[in-house]
Amino acid sequence: MEHKLTFKDYNEALKKDKLLGLKCRECGAITVPPKIACRRCASPDMDIVELKGTGEIQTFTTVNVAAEGYESEVPYTIVMVELDEGPWIMGNLVGIDPSKVTMELIGKRVKMGHRVFPGDKYSASDTARPLFSFET
Amino acid sequence: MRKVAITGVGQTKFSGAQGKTQVELFAEAAMDALNESNLKAKDIQALFLGNALGDFTEGQGMVQAFAADNIGCFNVPASRYEGACASASVAIRDAFMWVASGFYDIVLAGGTETAAKMGTPLATRTFAMFSDACYEYPSGITFPAVFAMLAHLYAKKYDIPLAKLKEQMAAVSVQSYRYGLLNPKAHFRKEVTKEMVLSSFMVAEPIQLHDCCPFSDGAAAVVIACEEKARGLTNKPVYITGIGQASSGPLASQQEYLPRLRAREISSKQAYDMAGLTPKDIDVCELHDCFSIASLIAAESLGFFDFGTAGEAWEKGEAAIGGKIAINPSGGLKAKGHPIGATGAAQVYEIVKQLRGEVESGRQVDGAKIGMTDCLGGDGGTLCNLILERGW
Repeated sequence: MEHKLTFKDYNEALKKDKLLGLKCRECGAITVPPKIACRRCASPDMDIVELKGTGEIQTFTTVNVAAEGYESEVPYTIVMVELDEGPWIMGNLVGIDPSKVTMELIGKRVKMGHRVFPGDKYSASDTARPLFSFET
Repeated sequence: MRKVAITGVGQTKFSGAQGKTQVELFAEAAMDALNESNLKAKDIQALFLGNALGDFTEGQGMVQAFAADNIGCFNVPASRYEGACASASVAIRDAFMWVASGFYDIVLAGGTETAAKMGTPLATRTFAMFSDACYEYPSGITFPAVFAMLAHLYAKKYDIPLAKLKEQMAAVSVQSYRYGLLNPKAHFRKEVTKEMVLSSFMVAEPIQLHDCCPFSDGAAAVVIACEEKARGLTNKPVYITGIGQASSGPLASQQEYLPRLRAREISSKQAYDMAGLTPKDIDVCELHDCFSIASLIAAESLGFFDFGTAGEAWEKGEAAIGGKIAINPSGGLKAKGHPIGATGAAQVYEIVKQLRGEVESGRQVDGAKIGMTDCLGGDGGTLCNLILERGW
């Protein structure tokens, strides 16, 4: 059985600011990032859907000690966002001073763009990641 | 299924980068475990070895074969277990199952790692390999960042002001350092105050340096035998009476369950049910305190404290020796150290020594009869729990 939506196709779409997910025909849940089976009911019977890329910040951190190969971005802010369609997704947050993040961020509305992580010697490829900014 | 006991244990000193290889470290721990069991290498039927990052630390894959050969366990089947920081717990659980099933009578299990040798940038990179490489590492996730995000979720979910939660987290680190000071095998042997924790370097908001465990070098080993053989090897067999293991997907996919880790709650329930015990029955627990907030999350999911109250419990001394439950009298990952592939075996080493009453004064849990280990790999990807009981 083949994947409906692979990492490669998801990644290429994200590079065009399109967030693709999978909608389950059995239970209706949205799965993103893609997997072969629904995140809720494990059915493989899913259709590709385009998500809005908007949601609410659930948690956050600012990283001051980076991994090898990631030093140039320090300090940077990571958030987990609950998308309006339900799933949580990890990405970076821009439009703030990373050294001044507070609990006030939780619950803020954000919309998604992207930035490409060029990959390092261990990565399979370059990879787009969600880049969130505040909804205006 | 047969009853299974631990007949001997060994652990090297945990430390920063040092001169010994991961094979040498494991061999030293293994020989101590064999000697305690009055066994020779030829008596061991198989090796189950936890090792997470040997490929990166020393350019050494398949370390288990060389480890078996080094100690004179020539040509035995040797298997490597990789479950990130829970590697050795998973190895011990599998060793238990093979002996319980009757396939083997006497085996050696444990773990080894020279994590400190890598230095912080490479160690941070390789530890991040236990997060999802396609969908989460590109955002720059690191292990402190995972638990930093869980700390903010914890503060929000249980409505605890962040400043108050930070004080509770500091209390966890202070207690761990206090016990580590008394443990000659601990990586850190120093007193650290709440003020020192709260003024230390900010690693990933709100996790500060003294909230974090170190990257350590070290190894630990245990001899595991069926009841019949164990009785001939030691008069203090420690029985493995409950085991559990569970997995989870990437951090974001665990979503609304966070900051709790569902895999832990499934794994620990398996262990309690198998042993026929409840959290109230546990006298001493070595749990996975990779970060101070991780201790609160673990202690609650294991059933020792109500959700949202573990920080208060630490501040009141309820998680200390003489409190409601003695947690991490070894100093935990925070002070004892965290050579990741060895950590689960070192937790078992500590519980066995506690049940035998062989621990240094000041950190011995007097009269302890039942102990538990809790080992977490990645951001909830692998969870393993073991319950150990005195056999005399």
